[in-house]
Amino acid sequence: MLCDDCKKNEACVHIVQISPEGRIDKNLCEACAAKYGNLVAQPEKNVSMNDFLKGIFSGSQNEAETENREMQEMVCPHCGMSYSDFLHTGKIGCSVCYQTFRHQLEPIIRRIHGASIHSGKIPHRSGGALELKHSLDRLRRKLENCVTNEEYEKAAQYRDEIRALEKKMAELPGKEAE
Amino acid sequence: MMAVEELFANYNLSWLNGSGAGSDVVLASRIRLARNFRELPFPNRANFTQLAQVQQLAESALGAVASAVGQPFDRLSMDQLTQLQKNVLLEKQLVSRNLLKNPQYRQLFISEDRQAGIMVNEEDHLRIQCMAPGLDLKRPFAMASRIDDAVEAQLDIAFDEKMGYLTSCPTNLGTGLRASVLLHLPGLVFTRNINNIINISPQLGLAVRSLYSDGSEEVGNIFQISNQLTLGFTEEELLENITSAVREIVAHEYRARKALTLYTKDRLEDEIWRAYGTLKYARFLADTEALSLLSKVRLGIDLGILPDVRPESFTELLVAGRSNYLQQQAGNENMSKNEIDRKRADIVRQILDGPRAGQE
Repeated sequence: MLCDDCKKNEACVHIVQISPEGRIDKNLCEACAAKYGNLVAQPEKNVSMNDFLKGIFSGSQNEAETENREMQEMVCPHCGMSYSDFLHTGKIGCSVCYQTFRHQLEPIIRRIHGASIHSGKIPHRSGGALELKHSLDRLRRKLENCVTNEEYEKAAQYRDEIRALEKKMAELPGKEAE
Repeated sequence: MMAVEELFANYNLSWLNGSGAGSDVVLASRIRLARNFRELPFPNRANFTQLAQVQQLAESALGAVASAVGQPFDRLSMDQLTQLQKNVLLEKQLVSRNLLKNPQYRQLFISEDRQAGIMVNEEDHLRIQCMAPGLDLKRPFAMASRIDDAVEAQLDIAFDEKMGYLTSCPTNLGTGLRASVLLHLPGLVFTRNINNIINISPQLGLAVRSLYSDGSEEVGNIFQISNQLTLGFTEEELLENITSAVREIVAHEYRARKALTLYTKDRLEDEIWRAYGTLKYARFLADTEALSLLSKVRLGIDLGILPDVRPESFTELLVAGRSNYLQQQAGNENMSKNEIDRKRADIVRQILDGPRAGQE
């Protein structure tokens, strides 16, 4: 049997469309069927990580189901995603969701990455103060290291750098990053 | 506008041309950065109006991106391409399958040398990607970071002090960085050591997968290794981690190749010459058959068994031997498997015989 749409390939999918006009039955080839949306249950190749995550998320759901029910009904005010949507898709809806669901997401993020604090690149424009704060933290860690290793000359150098940065920070308008 | 047709006709990719450091094992390196605009929902929850807004924002930054890269960019809208053209982009690894799923408002910006690009409205608003031949993650990362800076200078990017760059999938959170390296590992496959590498990689925070597979089985001995973690480390640490792991794998691959030449020299030579003979004279070549024979031929080139074959013929055929590419060149999207296999055998012979006039 040939595909009803392209009339070229062998039909291998049968679809039923129910619309206001009534019921339409069609026999389609795989390529044409794909145009009707993701009807064909293909084993997708790149979702293994997602499936895995979905498992992780819903795993925690079973443990304390009643407690979580309330949580799952929470809805992000910005994009309308609910927590149960997230459990279903494994995808976050918008940047505000990360605030809305912060409490639920944090343990998940820690489980995925083993950490929950970003220490990489910071956008220059919106993160000016934060960039300084990060380099301060880094210097303070180095200073501590030097002190424990009794490298006092280096430590003095770091101390001066830290003072210079602290001064720069104090001069910044709006110290909300502190 | 540059000749976009070139993108679908040329089988050479400047980042997959067999040059670069350690290119007898490492084919290419790639950096991908996930970025989102602060105000708009991520593509999976955005409606068409919002997707269009994302597209407009991305286009507004393209001028700055092009000057940051120092090259003009081509702009391709996925909903204006034929299915074959889209699949050729996929075969060339310039887009992801995800970008093609819903083509409306999905775009690819790609630099003239095809080494830098941005996917718009893939899983995240922007997926900045940069590639380089051989083992070299630093240069493409610097380029991707420059593109990121150019975008961020104009537009507000979703960023959180603690969680870093916010992404649609929590697995990309933090740096949004996915670094991956493409490796040709016939030695480890033939000596059956590859599974040790695959099994141990999660402990190192790395994921290894076969680039080509035939439903269940791996073909072509080409593996992609990438970082799994994106949060809690600096970009430099992540790149360093994957680079040192790759160096380790490459060392194992060399050892495996050496063992093969020491203990099974005659058998190995026979296999390689047979593979070469088949590729050189076959009139029909199936997809997976070609891939596994090509891998052997490439190994033969690397080991000096086939001194007269160009090493680039392998990477060229990774594009030119793919089904969609072959159909695109024939201008026919309804070719039978037999017709495709015949075309494949033709181009394999042609490329093994030497570079064709017109394709430098």
